[in-house]
Amino acid sequence: MTFIQFAFYFFAAVLIFAATMVVTIRNPVKAALFLVLAFFSAACVWLTLEAEFLAIVLVLVYVGAVMVLFLFVVMMLNINLERLREGFAEYLPIGGVIAVLMVLELIIVLNAGGFAEEQFPRPEGHAASYSNTKDLGRLLYTFYVYPFELAAIILLVAIVAAITLTLRKRPDTKYINPADQVTVKKEDRLRIVKMPSATSGDRS
Amino acid sequence: MEWLTQIWLSTPSWVQISVISLLKIVAILIPLVLAVAYYTFAERKIIGYMQIRIGPNRVGPRGWLQPIADVVKLLFKEALIPTNANRFLFLLAPVITLTPALAAWAVIPFSDHLVLADIDAGLLYILALTSMGVYGVIIAGWASNSKYAFLGAMRSAAQIVAYEIAMGFALVGVLMAAGSLNLREIVLAQEGGLHHWYVWPLLPLFLVYFISGVAETNRAPFDVAEGESEIVAGFHVEYSGMNFALFFLAEYANMLLISTLTVVLFLGGWEPLFHVAPFTWIPPLFWLLGKIVIVAFFFLWFRATFPRYRYDQIMRLGWKVFIPVTLVWIAVIGIFTFYTPFGYWFH
Repeated sequence: MTFIQFAFYFFAAVLIFAATMVVTIRNPVKAALFLVLAFFSAACVWLTLEAEFLAIVLVLVYVGAVMVLFLFVVMMLNINLERLREGFAEYLPIGGVIAVLMVLELIIVLNAGGFAEEQFPRPEGHAASYSNTKDLGRLLYTFYVYPFELAAIILLVAIVAAITLTLRKRPDTKYINPADQVTVKKEDRLRIVKMPSATSGDRS
Repeated sequence: MEWLTQIWLSTPSWVQISVISLLKIVAILIPLVLAVAYYTFAERKIIGYMQIRIGPNRVGPRGWLQPIADVVKLLFKEALIPTNANRFLFLLAPVITLTPALAAWAVIPFSDHLVLADIDAGLLYILALTSMGVYGVIIAGWASNSKYAFLGAMRSAAQIVAYEIAMGFALVGVLMAAGSLNLREIVLAQEGGLHHWYVWPLLPLFLVYFISGVAETNRAPFDVAEGESEIVAGFHVEYSGMNFALFFLAEYANMLLISTLTVVLFLGGWEPLFHVAPFTWIPPLFWLLGKIVIVAFFFLWFRATFPRYRYDQIMRLGWKVFIPVTLVWIAVIGIFTFYTPFGYWFH
């Protein structure tokens, strides 16, 4: 067994273990942490394919940003475990049927020959100086430029939609516009009142 | 001596490679840990002088053994684990914080040929690793079973996500100017003296990157994750002894890392100020270290100067100021490079 094979089997084993734990573990926060481990192992498997750009971007985007937000939400919600487990027996039969169906479908698709080993010739190795990133960028911005731009616009629309759906003005916040805050002057906040001293007459 | 070389030559090549890599790693990490120790000492001394105090001056001559005394103290302290805390994650969190802070140094070029791993996607590697450091903070906050720690973790998560985007975009600008993700080639692209450094054409990105770096490392004035006045010590309030020391070590290693990256990406790395006689006598490594020290000094200066930001102000600065600035400047670089004859300004 070469080192690369050892690395592949090791990371693949960790990946399968982590993915199984995501769906079996009870605590949602721990499940999210196992999902992080799964993403990280998947990135390591991709590295063995010489896909270093995709592997690092997977870590950067999914581990570094998406899962942080996900954990943030899961931790904040403080999900009630008892209620999650309610009705497990009720949903088991239909869920089991769907699971069996999906496994059968996967077996049919994988056995059809489209994914046979001879369909995928072994990719030739590249020199150490070969830049995966440069090639990917060139392809994305020339050959696939329209699909790429379309995907970008769809994502932008999704962002705008998500923000407009969740943005609401709360009347009870004491938010002050920072621009007003820095331009505030003494006259806006402070009023100097001249009061005649009550005792001033008595002294003399 | 001869039998040693005999043994060395008879070992298989993968053992030789592993041993050499291990020695190189040790050669980077030991100076790094020493630098961290004396960075804490420098912090206490410099902030002391800025506040017209003397700072630590009891242990050793003029206090020079103070960091060693601190380490010994922390080693002998009891490591407490709070009740109902998740023991495994509680102990794992400092390790997760420290690992990326140390692993990122693998791709830093210390001079033209002094680099542990000269990989092509070095910049991406650094970005990916620094983005993983936040897990240590989140896990520490959650596993401590403490409200203060949890609040600190939440603050830190939101803040780091916000500033990482600005940081990533600032690096895109560097990438566009240098045309490479390899850190060594980025420095080589800035060859030729002070006026070739990227700090001039990419000045807005330089400022955004450095300030985001201060925010990423949870340093003052962005240290709301451990804001003492509101949440005691934030995510590491329950930690003691060596576990706490690991968080501390990671924070200072990250500060040095951000300083080094700022130097490598914007301040010409190991390049001398000018390519004329007295400047070129100094070896490249010393140029790099000297620049790192100057940038690292700014971290301490900030802490002594600025009061802590309010939380909503931090988020506003990240999302509404830094990200638009970087986006605009990336567009400016692109337009100048492809549509005007002044593209060479950025290269």
